[in-house]
Amino acid sequence: MTAAIAINSLSYAYQTDKSILSIPQWSLGQGERVFLYGDSGSGKTTLLNLLCGILVPTNGSIALFGEELATMTNRQRDTFRAQHIGVVFQQFNLIPYLTVFKNIQLAAYFARASRAQTQQLLSRAQSLIDTLGLPKDVLHKRVNQLSVGQQQRVAIARALINQPKLLLVDEPTSALDASARDAFMQLLMHMCEAEQTSLIFVSHDAALGEYFERKVDLTQLNEVSAHLAQSTSQQIGSCSEVTS
Amino acid sequence: MNTLLSVAWHSLLSRKKTVLLTFCSLVISIMVLLSVEHIRLQAKESFNRTISGVDLIVGAPSGQLNLLLYSVFRMGSPTNNIEYDSFTMLRDNDLVKWAIPISLGDSHRGFRVMGTNDAYFAHFRYGNKQPLNFASGKPFEHLFEAVIGADVAHALKYEVGDKIVIAHGIGSTSFTNHETSPFVVSGILAPTGTPVDKTVHVSLPGIEAIHLSPNKLQAVIDDHTLAPQPDNITSVMLGLNSKFATFALQRNINNYPEDRLMAVLPGVAMAELWSLMSTVENLLRVIAALVLISSLFGLATMLLASMNERRAEIAVFRVLGAGPVVILMLILLEALILVALSVMTSMALLTLTLMGTEGWLAAEFGLFLSHDIFSTDIFMITGMVFVATLVVSIFPGVEAYKNALHTQLYKG
Repeated sequence: MTAAIAINSLSYAYQTDKSILSIPQWSLGQGERVFLYGDSGSGKTTLLNLLCGILVPTNGSIALFGEELATMTNRQRDTFRAQHIGVVFQQFNLIPYLTVFKNIQLAAYFARASRAQTQQLLSRAQSLIDTLGLPKDVLHKRVNQLSVGQQQRVAIARALINQPKLLLVDEPTSALDASARDAFMQLLMHMCEAEQTSLIFVSHDAALGEYFERKVDLTQLNEVSAHLAQSTSQQIGSCSEVTS
Repeated sequence: MNTLLSVAWHSLLSRKKTVLLTFCSLVISIMVLLSVEHIRLQAKESFNRTISGVDLIVGAPSGQLNLLLYSVFRMGSPTNNIEYDSFTMLRDNDLVKWAIPISLGDSHRGFRVMGTNDAYFAHFRYGNKQPLNFASGKPFEHLFEAVIGADVAHALKYEVGDKIVIAHGIGSTSFTNHETSPFVVSGILAPTGTPVDKTVHVSLPGIEAIHLSPNKLQAVIDDHTLAPQPDNITSVMLGLNSKFATFALQRNINNYPEDRLMAVLPGVAMAELWSLMSTVENLLRVIAALVLISSLFGLATMLLASMNERRAEIAVFRVLGAGPVVILMLILLEALILVALSVMTSMALLTLTLMGTEGWLAAEFGLFLSHDIFSTDIFMITGMVFVATLVVSIFPGVEAYKNALHTQLYKG
């Protein structure tokens, strides 16, 4: 079985001589869930942007499910992202002026859902909303009428609607209070298990790591930051300015 | 595409205030543009339909515009008259098929009175060689009979058989109104959309009779055979047997030794008159276009200003798999939707305004504007509005495109 993610001598530099990310080898199995953490400047942001195909590696390769991102055209990468990758951010995951269902429809639209998929969209959206513990009428409410917690759960529904093989989640709980956070994490893990979705979960919050069997410290994985960690703190400071 | 349209629509709705203001400015400017264009087209059409089939107009020497203005458009005053004998000379010329005498200078409650004869009803043509038709009644036969145009009948609520008073001089209030010169409406012409509608037609002896002293007039009323014969008239419209004779006859008339005459070709004079008006016309069009461009810039500014607050939104579109081109399209769609709505609204408003003011414009200013604004030119103008919209929306569109291209989904 091909790996969900296979990274080979990957490096990325904003300017030609200043590499900020360099990973010799790393992979994630299909259906595997990993907790990714690391200091500021460890290259988390860059890695996520590379994984979802917004940034293109300077050198090396990233293959998702056997398909090489670096050799795709921009358009192919956009479509690949729409069809195979679900993304959830800290906040602002949804188009605020559209209804929840319209947001979910858009995800299907850009993924070029087939006619049959489009017909089942409403029932699938309803069952996702159900599973996420949201009231039924939420589908036809505008996003800006929902609470932040509800919006984050809708974001998961939106991210999962195309049955992506990979879910990239970045600090999704930072806007939630403690009890909401636990409920959210349980739901997320449950959904990923049910859909057999590979998950990369990025967070500063080490407490969330207990939900995961595999944890990766990007500061160690990234040769640039690992090297920097041994250098003076001043240099780290200047590097994090570049990445932020 | 439907999906994108719906997104663009909801995006506009989410910014109601700025969008509404931009919409208002667009509606006003598009309405100005369409009005100018519509009025221009209507003016040109009614101008060109005023006279048809007349080969030469003969009057006293002045300018050809002057002669055209008073004899065809009933504007201004004739400077000089020509001998009645000159008219009979022209009428009897072998080259001439028909001749219509015209005698101007009097009015009836603000409408011009024109003395002529039955050749007018037989040979005068307007529009696309259309003859004059009677809505009711018939041409004048007796000395004190008058045929009135459709607007005269409408404005003064005259019917066939009504008695009317025709005064000497021009103007709605004349100092020499003589209640004693009674005319009877013998016929009402069907509407033509030309100055004919605003004219009271009487016979040439009728015109002469108006100018008699009260005593003599009374005598004439008692015995019509005493009616004076005209000795001069204002101008003559000629139809020739052969168009090829036009220039030769024009030269002969201009060199006529017995009377001072001038013959002009109506087509040439009309073209000269219209070219004078086209300067004003073009000026109006330029102003209208500038007004439109300024409100299109307003639209672009509105879209551009929204770009900052929409960074997060653009990132979401990118997450969903929308390429930068889709973002660009979305901005263009928003602009096009707004302009399309503005165009429809201004067309509806303009039509309603024209319908509402039709009667008033006709009565107060003698402007005949059809409320049917849809014509090829209007559609071309509308097309150009959309092209201009696309061009102007390129600015915010490219901004959104760049934004989408460089956006990073994850911020450090």
